[in-house]
Amino acid sequence: MKILVTVKRVIDYNVKARVKADNSDVDLANTKMALNPFCEIAVEEAIRLKESGAATEVVVVSIGPKACQEQIRTSLALGADRGIQIETDTMPESLNAAKLLAKVVEAEQPGLIIMGKQAIDSDNNQTGQMLAALLDMPQGTFASKVELIGEKVHVTREVDGGLQTIALNMPAIVTTDLRLNEPRYASLPNIMKAKRKPLVVQTPVDLGVEMKTHTQLVKVEAPTERQAGIKVNSIEELIEKLQNEAKVI
Amino acid sequence: MSEYNHPYQDVDFVIKEIVEFDSFCQNAGLEDINSEFASVILNEAAKLGSEVIAPLNTTGDSQGSSLKDKKVQQADGFSEAYQQYMENGWSSLTAEAEFGGQNLPNLFGTAINEIWQSASLAFSLCPMLTQGAISAIKHHGSESLKHTWLPNMISGQWTGTMNLTEPDAGTDLAAIKTKAVPNNDHYLISGQKIFITWGDHQMTENVVHLVLARLPDAPAGVKGISLFVVPKFLLDEQGNTTSQLNDVHCTALEHKLGIHASPTCSMSFGDNDGAIGYIVGEPHKGLSYMFTMMNHARQDVGLQGLAVSERSYQQALQYAKERLQGTNKDGSRFSIIKFPDVRRMLMQMKASIEAMRALAYVASNETDKSRYAKTADEKAKHFSRVELYTPIVKGWLTELAQEVTYLGTQINGGMGFIEETGSAQHYRDARILTIYEGTTGIQALDLVGRKTLFDKGEQLALLLIEIAQTSVDLKQYPQLDKLALSLENAVITAQEARNWLLDNAQADKSAAGSVSVNFMMMFGYICGAWMMAKAAIKSQQKLDLGEDKTEFFKAKLVTAQFYFEHLLPRIHTNFASIQAGSDSIMSLPEDQF
Repeated sequence: MKILVTVKRVIDYNVKARVKADNSDVDLANTKMALNPFCEIAVEEAIRLKESGAATEVVVVSIGPKACQEQIRTSLALGADRGIQIETDTMPESLNAAKLLAKVVEAEQPGLIIMGKQAIDSDNNQTGQMLAALLDMPQGTFASKVELIGEKVHVTREVDGGLQTIALNMPAIVTTDLRLNEPRYASLPNIMKAKRKPLVVQTPVDLGVEMKTHTQLVKVEAPTERQAGIKVNSIEELIEKLQNEAKVI
Repeated sequence: MSEYNHPYQDVDFVIKEIVEFDSFCQNAGLEDINSEFASVILNEAAKLGSEVIAPLNTTGDSQGSSLKDKKVQQADGFSEAYQQYMENGWSSLTAEAEFGGQNLPNLFGTAINEIWQSASLAFSLCPMLTQGAISAIKHHGSESLKHTWLPNMISGQWTGTMNLTEPDAGTDLAAIKTKAVPNNDHYLISGQKIFITWGDHQMTENVVHLVLARLPDAPAGVKGISLFVVPKFLLDEQGNTTSQLNDVHCTALEHKLGIHASPTCSMSFGDNDGAIGYIVGEPHKGLSYMFTMMNHARQDVGLQGLAVSERSYQQALQYAKERLQGTNKDGSRFSIIKFPDVRRMLMQMKASIEAMRALAYVASNETDKSRYAKTADEKAKHFSRVELYTPIVKGWLTELAQEVTYLGTQINGGMGFIEETGSAQHYRDARILTIYEGTTGIQALDLVGRKTLFDKGEQLALLLIEIAQTSVDLKQYPQLDKLALSLENAVITAQEARNWLLDNAQADKSAAGSVSVNFMMMFGYICGAWMMAKAAIKSQQKLDLGEDKTEFFKAKLVTAQFYFEHLLPRIHTNFASIQAGSDSIMSLPEDQF
């Protein structure tokens, strides 16, 4: 079985994001970029399935400018077999991403598609669901456990009320939550090997996808700075403040 | 507990712009290796360094290691971290492909060692000593010795140690007393060694000691010392570790000012019948074999000066931004980074660190340039530069680290003096650096003696010509006028110091020794200024082109300016001391002390 994993290049989670002076976007000019942590978990899960013998090949795909090849290489160093970059000038919005990925899925015919549940830059949490709709495939989102049992993939989902386990026919789409696994570090020999693993570049035109604009980024603002707290002397005072100042009770 | 973040921006800048690594790779014909690949590798190493190793720095310091039943128990968590370091293949980085290494350039080793050393100096010493032992066997061992020992050392399954020092033989290794007696295909070693870093631990299945000892027929002095491989556990015929202990064990651990988690062992060889050892190379050449590794080992310790300084700086900077100790007119409070004197200290740390890093990396790449040189002349030229840089990198970086870590603690104020915050650890850990692998005094003597007087100052003159060229380059940029003038003056002062040494060393036998440390420090500050001048030129070029990262390049220019205004002028004090010669240093009779 072939597994397709999608990966996105995003601002490193250790970095404090800054907003551009004109509030047009987040300032990425001088910023460390990395593999989206949810995507890293997706890559790890695919590699584990391959190591267990359940999968035979792991293909990673990323959409974006040439720089995103770095994240594909990182995934290859972690153990994926080959990479596909879909070259775009900017990071496409969710629906465009889903349309591009749908074309890749049609060409690759994977048995399982593993994606991060969301990217930590835009936090949309949409692409996996949209891809499932476009391909009319079953989806298991927010996975904290993935098991292949017989012809089905059992996905344990983190839902509001607890854990829900569903069995999906394959091919299926799984989106990862943080507790699914703990990704490994790439080893030096694997980083060396990754340099020689195949990476093909395609364009939206190659895939026959027209990139449409559905949403417009109006403004980006930094969160308001948290005010310093105060100490109250009694429970009465606390209740009084919650009622009259915070107006929450 | 302090965090460690890899200073990837400055590291990238130094590799790309100061070392000019990409043009080196092209000239050397290295396929697939370039600065971009360096950053991929560094990024992965930095994850392991900051997430796995760095958290052990504080706990390792407070716990230290212990000795029980002749076994050294390393601090908690170190074994697991080492395991991960090994499994991820980092120990094979620069080693030869024939024995399972990745054969990457020395510069990679340097940039990655900086990460381990910043993460935990105590931890990093174990791989570093192993690298030294690998290098000794690789360069001087017989084929069979190499095949027996190298693969498992390069993979990290066995670690290595260096057993040189004895109670009466430290800097003066001629006094070594440990004996080696031939016995069939091997030797029986007996004697005491002290100050053996990571001499024992339980992290790996075997420890491979490299031991200096004398054969029964050895001539007296330095020309009678041989080098042996002595394993902790004996091997079977297939070369696998057995459970049979060799006749060597740790008898005591030192209590130290710093690097607590690095066990410093007293080792006893041959308490019973003699420890089984195998000779490396030819008899009586052990000390010269040690010298071939010296440049690398000394530059690596210089690098530790940078690495500990970086960690100290990160902690001080965070504190300076968070510590509220000033009140605005409206009653709100501000952090101490607003105070000019705190700024002075932070700038001094930052400027020192950036100059140190550039010099350490440039010096490291000279080893690569020598290795990949196309002609014998080129090879010799770069090797001479390695030789010249080595005492400066070791001496100057480690001395500067004392001041940087001192400032780190100073910025932390009272919080820096108490142990819980971890700032004091960097100050304590840094203290060993001017002592081991040849003290500052030894580095300075090496620079004035073997590296200057021996060739009548030729290499030093060549270096100064290159630095003078950079001062000419600076003049192309009106914004860098002041730097150009200062660098030009510094070169003139350095030339005068060189000439003073050449003129006075003959007549006054104490002159060279008396001025040596000032001489070495002076050349350190000048090399640092040279690096910052190059950084300023590159930054100005980038700004003129309007490239990205403008804030970084603007900061570089300010940091270079600070270096030239506050650190480079120290050479004039150095020079005044040099000109004073040995008079007041040596004229007091001994009984007046």
